[in-house]
Amino acid sequence: MYVWIWRHLPGALTWKILQVALLVAAISALLLFVIFPWLEPKLPINRVTVNQ
Amino acid sequence: MTIDDQEPPEEQEEGAVRTAGRHARPDAGMSRADMVRLGLRGTGQTLITLGVVVLLFVVYELWVTNIFAQEKQHKVHSALEKEWANGDDPLVVGGSLNLPGGKQGTIPTGTGIANIYIPRLGTDYHFTIVEGTNDGDLEKGPGHYIHTALPGQVGNFAVAGHRVGKGEPFLNLDHLRPGDAIVIETKSTWYVYTVKGNVQNGDLNDKGTDGIPGREIVSPSDTDVIAPVADHPGATPTQKMITLTTCHPKFTASQRMILHGTLSRQVARNGDALPKELAGGTI
Repeated sequence: MYVWIWRHLPGALTWKILQVALLVAAISALLLFVIFPWLEPKLPINRVTVNQ
Repeated sequence: MTIDDQEPPEEQEEGAVRTAGRHARPDAGMSRADMVRLGLRGTGQTLITLGVVVLLFVVYELWVTNIFAQEKQHKVHSALEKEWANGDDPLVVGGSLNLPGGKQGTIPTGTGIANIYIPRLGTDYHFTIVEGTNDGDLEKGPGHYIHTALPGQVGNFAVAGHRVGKGEPFLNLDHLRPGDAIVIETKSTWYVYTVKGNVQNGDLNDKGTDGIPGREIVSPSDTDVIAPVADHPGATPTQKMITLTTCHPKFTASQRMILHGTLSRQVARNGDALPKELAGGTI
């Protein structure tokens, strides 16, 4: 998968590295700010009250 | 490291596949060994990716949630300070205590009601306690169980707080010892509670004469710990108690750590003067 992505990124090496960095940042942001906040309340961790 | 080791041969192989792929379907010229290798590589990459995502989730829990929570805590804190400066006390409506659940007005959940200071956890340890204990409330700070007593009242002032992440107000609650001060600041009064247990030998589990220990580890369904008389549901309260609840052990939700304290003294708030239990306190 990663090889496939790398192969399909256009441009020279430095330009490719820049795009990879951008992709990683975008996916991390999606996970940290959208997916994890949605997922976390559904997981049985960090419950601090009694009767829940 | 392993990835680096594998990288050069992979590049070569991919180059070969690419040349073949230009003219035919990629799998057309692949031997069985090639397909197995491709399958294994795909599985490996997927597993590594999942591992990285799980690590990122840990970063989120331990770090990112704290950043969000600090921002929210800061907001409720300044809102409460402003309210106090304007002469309003969220705990009082029409001259009497704003008891939730009764006929009097209820305190809006998610708003600050009081500040908590625990000298044992550091001279700079302070949080604004919000009303309510649902997920949204607890992201802002420690939350007051809405059906329990208010600070300084006869009964049990019960507060829940996160142990790990979300501002982690109760991260080090296990550091408290019998006799330690838990100071609550309302608009009108400083309430100094002390952790129960045996002050002489430091035994937190000592139930004393009233049958209430300083600390206990209970199951999440044990609501008796926040009863008006902790651990004695149905009993008529005579003491002014505080109860703090958080998860236990750290990172899990299998049990709850409960701390009980009783009011040892109270002193009217007077400008910027701090109670003696806090660093630089004079009153």
